[in-house]
Amino acid sequence: MLHIVNKSPFERNSLESCLRLAKQGSAVLLIEDGVYGAAQGSSVEAKVQGAMANVKVYALDADLQARGMANKVLDGVTVVDYGGFVDLVAEHSNLQSWL
Amino acid sequence: MSDEMMEEDGVIKKFMFVNRKAPYGTIYALEGLEVVLISAAFEQDVSLAFVDDGVFELKKGQDTKALGQKNFSPTYRALEGYDIEKLYVERESMEARGLSEEDLLVDVQVVSAAEMADLMAEQDVVISF
Amino acid sequence: MKIGVLVSEGPYTHQASDTAYNFVKAALDKGHEIFRVFFYHDGVNNATRLTEPPRDDRNIVNRWSELAKEHKLDLVVCIAAAQRRGIMDENEAKRQGKDAHNIAEGFRISGLGQLVEAGIQCDRLVTFGD
Repeated sequence: MLHIVNKSPFERNSLESCLRLAKQGSAVLLIEDGVYGAAQGSSVEAKVQGAMANVKVYALDADLQARGMANKVLDGVTVVDYGGFVDLVAEHSNLQSWL
Repeated sequence: MSDEMMEEDGVIKKFMFVNRKAPYGTIYALEGLEVVLISAAFEQDVSLAFVDDGVFELKKGQDTKALGQKNFSPTYRALEGYDIEKLYVERESMEARGLSEEDLLVDVQVVSAAEMADLMAEQDVVISF
Repeated sequence: MKIGVLVSEGPYTHQASDTAYNFVKAALDKGHEIFRVFFYHDGVNNATRLTEPPRDDRNIVNRWSELAKEHKLDLVVCIAAAQRRGIMDENEAKRQGKDAHNIAEGFRISGLGQLVEAGIQCDRLVTFGD
């Protein structure tokens, strides 16, 4: 399953809830303000690092670039463009947006 | 699409509507419920999940008279009449909000986070409000 | 692959419509079929032709209209949500006795069943919202 998170973990609990309810082997794609969840040195870094043992984490390049966060991405997070976003949707048999 | 066409198609998918927002503060819970009601006409395998503040949608005793909005909470009890009977509440979300099953206005299945994760993962279509 | 899209927020305030647009374009580029884009909640506000953003900003509504024209996209606005928020086509305006209508080219107003149908017909349904 692909989980899409679009909110900053400092503003909403959607990333936290997503990580609580994402099964082992699922993918989590961070888009829009969600990309702040992929930042190095933040207070959620340990949580995201820990989650990466169970789920694969992706972040949308255009959103990272726009926010000046492209040079701050945690190791292990895969950066994808919109085409990569489409591929993730196609590769996973189901998906959920954490609105 | 008519029921007959659906039967010809024979497509029955697992639909889950995920409610994560409290009522009244925003319109998502109300308009989400409108989609749920419409979905009943399509004879799909529909379930509702209540996670995070979505649990507050099911709190007993909602009274919106002073607010001047429609109290739509009785609709959750009417879902059974539409053959929508799978209502799942995540225990962790409910307990974190100081609620227990007795606080809820409709019969639900209270499930653990792990069980909710399994339920979500087995859906064909997940729509979140 | 057949993909459906749900847009739940209006233009400009939230990024949802921008992300949905970029996603749809990328999906078309990759040869996927966009079965339908359904606009719900404040998402119906993406369908007013009366927006006039500053010249140096993107025109979100026109962009959808142009993409719809180019790729014969089915852009559907939920009627109940549209009525709440004042999005009208000519028929609806007449029926409701309104003095104006405002739906942009390429959009059509229809029922919520169109969203459920997209869920049934599509291989994937992707939601963009708040």
